[in-house]
Amino acid sequence: MRIFYTDVLVVGGGLAGLRAAVGARRRGHDVTILSLVPPKRSHSAAAQGGMQASLANTTKGAGDNEDVHFEDTVRGSDWGCDQVVARMFAHTAPKAVRELAAWGVPWNRVTAGTREVVMDGKHVTLEEPALAHGLITARDFGGTKKWRTCYVSDGTGHAMLYAVSDRAIAEGIPVHERKEAIALIHDGGRCHGAIVRDLVSGDLTAYLARATCIATGGFGRLYRSTTNAVINEGMGAAIALETGAATLANMEAVQFHPTAIFPAGILVTEGCRGDGGVLRDAAGHRFMPDYEPEKKELASRDVVSRRMEQHLRAGHGATSPFGQHLWLDITLLGTAHIDGKLREVKEICRNFLGIDPARDWIAVRPAQHYSMGGIRTDATGAARGLVGLYACGEAACWDLHGFNRLGGNSVAETVVAGMIVGEHIADLCESSDGDLTFSTALAAEFLSREEARLGALLHGGGAESPVALMTRMQTLMTDNVGIFRRGDLLQDAVTELRALSVRARNLHVGTQRRGANPELVTAYRLQRMLKLSLCVTEGALARTESRGAHFREDYPRRDDATWLQRTLATWPDPEQATPTLAYEPLDVMSMELPPGWRGYGARDAIEHPDTERRAREVAALREARPAADRHALQAALLPFLHLLPPRLRGPNARAGGDA
Amino acid sequence: MSAPTPRRLTIHILRSAPGDDATPHFEAFRIDESEGMTLFIALNEIRANLDPSLQFDFVCRAGICGSCGMLINGRPGLACSTLTHDLGTEFTLAPLPVFAVIGDLSVDTGRWMRAMSERLETWIHATTDADLDAVEPRMEPALAEAIYEADRCIECGCCIAACGTAQMRPDFVGAVGLNKIARFRLDPRDEREDADHYALVGNDDGVFGCMTLLGCHDVCPKGLSLRSQIAYLRRGMAAQGLR
Ligand SMILES: Cc1cc2nc3c(=O)[nH]c(=O)nc-3n(C[C@H](O)[C@H](O)[C@H](O)COP(=O)(O)OP(=O)(O)OC[C@H]3O[C@@H](n4cnc5c(N)ncnc54)[C@H](O)[C@@H]3O)c2cc1C
Repeated sequence: MRIFYTDVLVVGGGLAGLRAAVGARRRGHDVTILSLVPPKRSHSAAAQGGMQASLANTTKGAGDNEDVHFEDTVRGSDWGCDQVVARMFAHTAPKAVRELAAWGVPWNRVTAGTREVVMDGKHVTLEEPALAHGLITARDFGGTKKWRTCYVSDGTGHAMLYAVSDRAIAEGIPVHERKEAIALIHDGGRCHGAIVRDLVSGDLTAYLARATCIATGGFGRLYRSTTNAVINEGMGAAIALETGAATLANMEAVQFHPTAIFPAGILVTEGCRGDGGVLRDAAGHRFMPDYEPEKKELASRDVVSRRMEQHLRAGHGATSPFGQHLWLDITLLGTAHIDGKLREVKEICRNFLGIDPARDWIAVRPAQHYSMGGIRTDATGAARGLVGLYACGEAACWDLHGFNRLGGNSVAETVVAGMIVGEHIADLCESSDGDLTFSTALAAEFLSREEARLGALLHGGGAESPVALMTRMQTLMTDNVGIFRRGDLLQDAVTELRALSVRARNLHVGTQRRGANPELVTAYRLQRMLKLSLCVTEGALARTESRGAHFREDYPRRDDATWLQRTLATWPDPEQATPTLAYEPLDVMSMELPPGWRGYGARDAIEHPDTERRAREVAALREARPAADRHALQAALLPFLHLLPPRLRGPNARAGGDA
Repeated sequence: MSAPTPRRLTIHILRSAPGDDATPHFEAFRIDESEGMTLFIALNEIRANLDPSLQFDFVCRAGICGSCGMLINGRPGLACSTLTHDLGTEFTLAPLPVFAVIGDLSVDTGRWMRAMSERLETWIHATTDADLDAVEPRMEPALAEAIYEADRCIECGCCIAACGTAQMRPDFVGAVGLNKIARFRLDPRDEREDADHYALVGNDDGVFGCMTLLGCHDVCPKGLSLRSQIAYLRRGMAAQGLR
């Protein structure tokens, strides 16, 4: 039996996993990272537009601070997020950007003096103060009151991932590449590591660890039309689900990005619109102001994507051999801006559409983009249901994003959560709960179970094609569980997903090779992806309201009275056909920002009975302490600093002082 | 509107599976071209319909992550952003040379790049940790942009595959390594001096091993100006060597 011991096992070499690993390593623990691919190939590299942090260095960021970032995030989430987590996040994001700067990220900087920008379709002159020259600059993104998105041209994720990955190398953290965690080792109460398959040799090894952290990214590949990388298949969430003990949350909260190029589904960043680009229809008409007079193209993603699909349904789409689409027009930004700040966009347009975006409009249509849901954790990143299991990044439902994440808040979440969770993991390792207590018998049991599962796939003599079933699942998810959802279509999807799951027990794997075997990989991932698809679809069917990215045509209103709840999905019995759903209420009486209108989108929410009472309470608290500084006031409303590691608790300095 | 008859493509792929006995050999696959077809789409179609055992690597499929470097008609390039339309009806695909072959078109760039990073210490060397609560140190906007220019490398391995020296000298750091040193030399946050850089690349496995054939510059999918980065570094290192 192959066994590998490490203090901390981090599953995933993207931004979240790498940053958590560095944190635990710096506290003196032995850390091992697993990754399907070399870590710098992780999907974090594809983030283009930027990372939100309230540095307030630019003219359009003046007055920004943690409070404004917090409120934007909560509104963006359609009140679905955990406000304590949103507070921890908004507070730590400036530190994360500054740490990354020290680690080498070449953030774009403020140039003092005047400059031309495009806002709301018009050229405007902005003046940046001399005081800010050389500090980190920011661009506009959807759903934000201030220009807060720090960036490195449109290669932000690449620059961040390389800096953090090189930092992990500097710390001597080994990354076991081309390895896949295919099961968690646990005893029902505690996680002891993972069974890991070598994607080259096919060998299975039991990795035993005091703490295991899942940072495997999102699950966009449940959908046919997605901006996600081909490796974003949600395996981390799936193996957590298969423990029967760990819990997934809000799996139905799936984000669709407005501007995926059509038909390839490759993303062009929200920075295109943040920097002044506009959306047009077949007639060349700029239609977003008709629907969203306040924020126009820069309403939150859920709102813009929905408006685009609505406009397509109304017959205003441009026609191509592949179907209907709309246009993104960034020609007004000019060649110099595109060559400097949107160069990946330019390359993508050239390579995949054969056009020059400085001259031509870009064919776009919304596509699946981000998984708000994932492994449910508490504010420290500890997974619900299993001691010793942690999760961070897109794989987790830490619950920063609720039902819609703001652009720029995800790469920010990965590093912020990594900074926080890495320390909590180290705390666990240093406590008595962190002792090495596992038995090799348990490891052997899990190893032989996984060997048997793979053996059954290779030699089971089934008849179904894994590729065909996978394709069908992806098409079904895109067609029935997309931007607009409806009870009957969701019910159809559940029925068919269950049928596909039954057929997926009878797979035919032609390639008998034990080692590198893409067909076998598709087969075992398919079975798990079907479980995730069922979590998404059952969750969407049960949630009879519309919130954030989850939109039900048959229940178009946000219903705080009934649905201010987080969906929890578990799979306690491997033989059960669908997940067990349960709900966790969000407590209005402890919210710093009680539910209200987001400032864009629909205004017709059904109110929660506590909302008005809490709103009065908050107002009274603010009035009673007119002299209190904003930090003291905030602490009275929603304390959060105690949940942060001590080294992250300090106030953030800003060049212009505290706003 | 009747669709024109699609082109029939014949793709010769160099197959191998280390460990198996069969010697590497070309195998031909025939598929119909579709509109806007990239090698990403073509290879997936072959795997889905003709040979489920075919090995290759893609991640982002958008020209950003660098996973899919391969020899396309003998020339290193990214498969995901190559349109079949730009190739003839018959062409060859082979794995990148220099790197260990995992199988078929899949090679192990990861181990090579990590070893290079460890040797050249491709990270910021600073004696003190940053104060995360304080306003960040300033940097000239143009300098930040110049650093990013070199930082755009995606470690795809195309420059190594196109390099005469790398084929002969297993320890040559190649354009990817030299470009990294150039990047950190530019960066004032890295406290290393030219004497430190010289210790890393002031030899034949470093900047003096380059025969200035500059195949690297021509094939870089990101269009990095490797020629000028290497020339500039070489001048700096030569000056350092004379000290
Ligand atoms: C095209 C695109 C553009 C984006 N742009 C932005 C942006 O501008 N701003 C922003 O804030 N956000 C953006 N996002 C979102 C953001 O990039 C991601 O949410 C974030 O990078 C996810 O990071 P992560 O570390 O959680 O996961 P990833 O970077 O996806 O890393 C996952 C890691 O887990 C590994 N892994 C997975 N499964 C296993 C397994 N079973 N065993 C072992 N290893 C495994 C993988 O190898 C990988 O290393 C964008 C997303 C996309 C798709």
